[in-house]
Amino acid sequence: MWQFFHKLGSPKWFFGIATRLMPWLLVGGIALLMAGVIWGLAFAPKDYLQGNSYRIIFIHVPTAFLAQSAYVMMAVAGVVTLVWRMKLADVFVKAVAPVGLVLTFLALFTGAVWGKPTWGTWWIWDARLTSMLILLFLYGGVIALDRAINDEKSAARAVAVLVLVGVVNIPIIKYSVEWWNTLHQPATFKLTEKPTMPAEMWVPLLLSILGLYLLFGWLACLRMQTEIMLREQRTRWVRDLVMAGRN
Amino acid sequence: MNADARPVMKPLDSSVGSLDAMKAVFTRDMKVAFRQRQDLLNPLLFFVMVVTLFPLGVSPEVSFLREAGAGILWVAALLSVLLSLDHLFRHDFDDGTLEQLVLQSQPLFLLVLAKTLAHWMLTGLPLVLLTPVLGVMVHLEGNSIAVLCLTLLIGTPVLSLIGSIGAALTLGLRSAGVLLSLLIIPLYIPVLIFGTGTVAAAADSAPVGGYLALMAAFLVLATTLAPFASAAALRISLSNA
Repeated sequence: MWQFFHKLGSPKWFFGIATRLMPWLLVGGIALLMAGVIWGLAFAPKDYLQGNSYRIIFIHVPTAFLAQSAYVMMAVAGVVTLVWRMKLADVFVKAVAPVGLVLTFLALFTGAVWGKPTWGTWWIWDARLTSMLILLFLYGGVIALDRAINDEKSAARAVAVLVLVGVVNIPIIKYSVEWWNTLHQPATFKLTEKPTMPAEMWVPLLLSILGLYLLFGWLACLRMQTEIMLREQRTRWVRDLVMAGRN
Repeated sequence: MNADARPVMKPLDSSVGSLDAMKAVFTRDMKVAFRQRQDLLNPLLFFVMVVTLFPLGVSPEVSFLREAGAGILWVAALLSVLLSLDHLFRHDFDDGTLEQLVLQSQPLFLLVLAKTLAHWMLTGLPLVLLTPVLGVMVHLEGNSIAVLCLTLLIGTPVLSLIGSIGAALTLGLRSAGVLLSLLIIPLYIPVLIFGTGTVAAAADSAPVGGYLALMAAFLVLATTLAPFASAAALRISLSNA
């Protein structure tokens, strides 16, 4: 177990593992996401209240889910950076922040598209929406701070502190629909309770969430590999790798 | 600037208690500020000017100002604190005082807390004291003004505390000012929402106890956690320089 942990700290070892893992993540992710989205969009029953317009849930919920979960993962990596000074944790934060930004934007965008037919407005200053907007700003701040500091090590630790400070927003997003009486509907999924939707609705939703998780993993690996190659460009193994790829 | 405008931070003996060390840092910061009075006035002038822009730029109608006044004052106070934050560590960073602070045997987060407290006394508190005058100018009622002052009294230390994290993180960077706002404004939003929400509730003569309790909770949370983050950020920024 500890050996595994130590190996995980080595960029070279991670690079190899990621290369082997990525095809599985990509194929599995696409398959699950396609299955979930096609099932959801074409075959799932109509909602008794919202009709067909609810179907954007199969895109909206996965992106919103991943946007928050990516931030939590970044916060965990931030702790690892500060406590154990593990290089890969920092690479992860750096690689994932822009992905999180895009996911948050997509969640807000699909939410707006969903809000227009159901609430009659693109945007409303509701607690869930506002806290998601703050999440978007937080991702922006993380990226901006990372770009502003030239020294790699200080950038890593400064960003880790900022990510950890911003994590207070995550429970606010999570509970915003329960603490405040808002327009946004309560959480679709709860881990501890049985879903209130029929299985034909929540199974495809679960499939698309899992699919997006796998795709996210693939993208994170890809971006981390790029970052590792940039950072380790002077080492022998990266040079060998690039030369091997050229032949 | 004359030579003794910025008193040197002498190394404190390890036998000096943490409270005494905090007091030393606090009094030094106050002394420095009062020797450069213009720096004290600037955030206040900024506060007054931003508030003036709203009646001129949006509408001088009494009904509008009464409705929006609390929010305008809160946003102006928030921006003015944000503007003054760059000074919190910058001069100390430039002349080496900050390194002396980090090298003291006392825990750094306590010294940072003392510095932040001084910062609040010099910027936040004057804003609160000026608020009644501006409150009358934007036609707020007496009760609303009192509640507004109370929310600012609880809220501005939170702004200083959260801001100190951002100031510590952006220390020594070019274009630190804009970056500082970018990092800190998202974290200010909850305070702003509850600060103005309290006044709105008071204007509707609804109970404000719950709101004030939440604001106090923000203050407790910020006081206990922010100095640690700022101290960590300061060490990172100093190792970078």
